[in-house]
Amino acid sequence: MTPQDIRAAVIEELENIAPEADASAVPGDADLREELDIDSMDVLNFVTALHKRLKVDIPDRDQPKLLTIDGAVAYLQEKLAARTG
Amino acid sequence: MEWEVITKARRGDEAVPNLESYDKARAEFSWEAARAALDGLPGGGLNIAYEAVDRHVAKGRGDKLALRWLSKTGERRDFTYANLAAESSRFAEVLRRLDVGQGHRVFSLMGRLPELYIAALGTLKNGSVFAPLFSAFGPDPVRQRMELGDATTLVTTPSLYRKKVKPWRHELPDLRNVLLVGDEPPVEDTIDLATAMAECDGSMPCAAMEPDEMALLHFTSGTTGKPKGAIHVHEAVVAHHATGRFALDLHPEDVFWCTADPGWVTGTSYGIVSPLTNGVTMIVDEAEFDAERWYAILRDEKVTVWYTAPTAIRMLMKVGPELPQQYDLSRLRFMASVGEPLNPEAVVWSQEAFGRPFHDNWWQTETGGIMIANYAAEPVKPGSMGRPLPGIEAAIVTHDDGGAPEVVDAPMTPGELALRPGWPSMFRGYLHNEARYRKSFAGGWYLTGDLAMRDADGYFWFVGRADDVIKSAGHLIGPFEVESALLEHPAVAEAGVIGVPDEMMGEAVKAFVALKPGYEADEKLRKELLGHARKRLGAAVAPRAIDFRDVLPRTRSGKIMRRLLKARELGLPEGDTSTLESGA
Repeated sequence: MTPQDIRAAVIEELENIAPEADASAVPGDADLREELDIDSMDVLNFVTALHKRLKVDIPDRDQPKLLTIDGAVAYLQEKLAARTG
Repeated sequence: MEWEVITKARRGDEAVPNLESYDKARAEFSWEAARAALDGLPGGGLNIAYEAVDRHVAKGRGDKLALRWLSKTGERRDFTYANLAAESSRFAEVLRRLDVGQGHRVFSLMGRLPELYIAALGTLKNGSVFAPLFSAFGPDPVRQRMELGDATTLVTTPSLYRKKVKPWRHELPDLRNVLLVGDEPPVEDTIDLATAMAECDGSMPCAAMEPDEMALLHFTSGTTGKPKGAIHVHEAVVAHHATGRFALDLHPEDVFWCTADPGWVTGTSYGIVSPLTNGVTMIVDEAEFDAERWYAILRDEKVTVWYTAPTAIRMLMKVGPELPQQYDLSRLRFMASVGEPLNPEAVVWSQEAFGRPFHDNWWQTETGGIMIANYAAEPVKPGSMGRPLPGIEAAIVTHDDGGAPEVVDAPMTPGELALRPGWPSMFRGYLHNEARYRKSFAGGWYLTGDLAMRDADGYFWFVGRADDVIKSAGHLIGPFEVESALLEHPAVAEAGVIGVPDEMMGEAVKAFVALKPGYEADEKLRKELLGHARKRLGAAVAPRAIDFRDVLPRTRSGKIMRRLLKARELGLPEGDTSTLESGA
């Protein structure tokens, strides 16, 4: 998957959680919880959805790394690379 | 499954628990004596804010650290009792200059910023009524509560104001002042709080109130209709103080962290009032839940007493027991939980992970303070909410609609949890809804709406709600409020909202909707409805899931049968369906 594909997946899952928000308009380094008015349970559901969709393990303690779009893309990219490599 | 009772031994130089023996404390307790533990204003009268801050200053404890605020970005701000006394006086003077008087309602809508705490204390100092709102509420719940509460003044941030209030601000006839917190350029029709406070010198004295004058207004949700505004009076401080000593074991040398947001009653009674009247240092974290951050706060701030909620505890469990062991949490002496029943697994887990159990306790918006608790010096039965506090009489009762309650004495028999009225923090009314208030009492009991059992040792066990109110992540959510928001969408013909079991949140809000003709029940519309509800209600109240149904079960009189929706969803027996409309 290219970083663009991963970004698209991240944005799609965010919009599944918070369909009222325009996740694609959120700056890459902004805290998703504030930008999208999502709460801790939404974050948990978002991380679970990415885990299912991309088949990567995301330990709970890594959750804070996925709280920005850039952070999530970088994290997932690394995880996917480690898996194929 | 039977869980082993957890007994505890006091360690080394640990403080002696305020409640050393349950039976002795109950026998010796009187509310008169509890009142004497507070000071009252020098010239007479009572005020929660005086007991919380000013009296410590008057007694030479003004230099003690009262509040340490941790920002999301790692900034730290400290306030001594003297600082809080001065800042809250400034805030009170701001209100006075704006002609906000005694009894007028001042609402807050913001995250856990220092100004929130100053506004709460300053509002009380001015004799006005403080009504905190949860900042994650959407515009609908915010407006509804402010309308119901006759808000004269709102304290909020520029961004929350723009997102949630500005569009309808002028439709609220009583709302005269909007005070904004933050360093943004002036916003039209609002007052910059920092500028207004800078013009005040902090010398305004605390208003002398009568014990039964309104101080706090907390909103809670019912099954039908609008949220209810539970009225609490200045005298409630007697219970805030005493229950903090007994159920949270607060000692003046404690560093106390209550993780609750003041937008909910816990975050006010035990996130502001009780720790301050007890003279402790309290920690306020602006950020949301984050396991590593939380453990670091417990370690770095040397927290001794920690009060949190089952959802957070279950999230910590999910991260695992290894993580806390990497932090030096040796200062932690007492841990308590509230919001919904703490499952026995979580109590046992905490014993393994921290070497100490969480102590579950029970209370609700209407009771104003902790009513039933597990205590530092007493054995903990995992899964039980504990025993009634000194001064509190609790019972399990059964009653037919309108009939007088009968006390159930047989152990482990489910019934409604009832309390004998008369404790100081009992609510004194639902604002503008006297009939509903009166309905909460029968035969000399306050009926809590919670179903519970009592065992032979006097420990209480939560069973469920007596009504359709949903308990999600420790918060009560009224199904009607959620259904109403869904019905505002043009595609929705009918909506029924229930709580479904959720591993993390206790219950999660789930909606069932039937569509109007011409609308397709597809994924696109499901998401649109979800987004619509979240936009109106906010993430904390909106449904997490929506299912489509051709028709919803209704009674012949037209009421949606949520109970039946729930039974069908969970595969439970459908119970009495004699009033069900045919074909549903």
